[in-house]
Amino acid sequence: MRHGMANRKLGRTSSHRMAMFRNQLASLIGNERIVTTLPKAKELRPLIEKLITLSKNDSVHARRNAAKMVQDDAMVAKLFGTLGPRFAERPGGYTRIIKLGARRGDAAEMAILEFVGYELATEAKTAPAAAAPTRGKKKEAATETEAGEEAAEEKKPAKKKAAPKKEAAEKPAKKKAKEAAPKKKSTKKSK
Amino acid sequence: MPNPKRRHSKARTRSRRAHDFLKSKSLSTCPQCHEAKEPHRVCPKCGYYKGREVIAVKDVL
Repeated sequence: MRHGMANRKLGRTSSHRMAMFRNQLASLIGNERIVTTLPKAKELRPLIEKLITLSKNDSVHARRNAAKMVQDDAMVAKLFGTLGPRFAERPGGYTRIIKLGARRGDAAEMAILEFVGYELATEAKTAPAAAAPTRGKKKEAATETEAGEEAAEEKKPAKKKAAPKKEAAEKPAKKKAKEAAPKKKSTKKSK
Repeated sequence: MPNPKRRHSKARTRSRRAHDFLKSKSLSTCPQCHEAKEPHRVCPKCGYYKGREVIAVKDVL
């Protein structure tokens, strides 16, 4: 019989497990996204969902109940200040688990646990840094709108295929710049 | 002390091990970059999953 065996133990004593979950909850509230192993993400999900539900009704009592799980005043404040109101209309299902594949080293299945509506903040940061050498010319030439840049950003990974078709038609100078990148990729691919 | 009574033939050993092998992983194609990726997982090449960028992959260029 597997009665009363609802949760994973994750190889920890109950105090160790609780301490870990509390840390992870605080990180999740602070960063709105954490990367962890899939079993931990699955265990953590009901805990954070209950906290969010609790935070929809802001009262001293609710705050104290939340503070039992999240022992970081700033995180409790964020929970009730921003997360509760943000999910006020959503009837549960505030988080999303995205599988990442096996971790190198111990082949543990990794996952992202994030709040629904999470926007990848690094997208704007990586765009100028990574795209500066090739994209600098393009911006001067085309002066794209932000929306256009975003679209181009999305296409970047598919560039191997999309770039030759689309950009070859536009300008030969660009093509030169781009040729360097696909070449690297093709060597990688052939390995 | 218990000991084997009979010699274990090579054939016996080998036929036992006939089922010991690695299974190949099933792979799907990333709709974004058309690379092979594991199904239901973020594409490690382009960082996309279900039509949006989920993780920032550094070596895109």
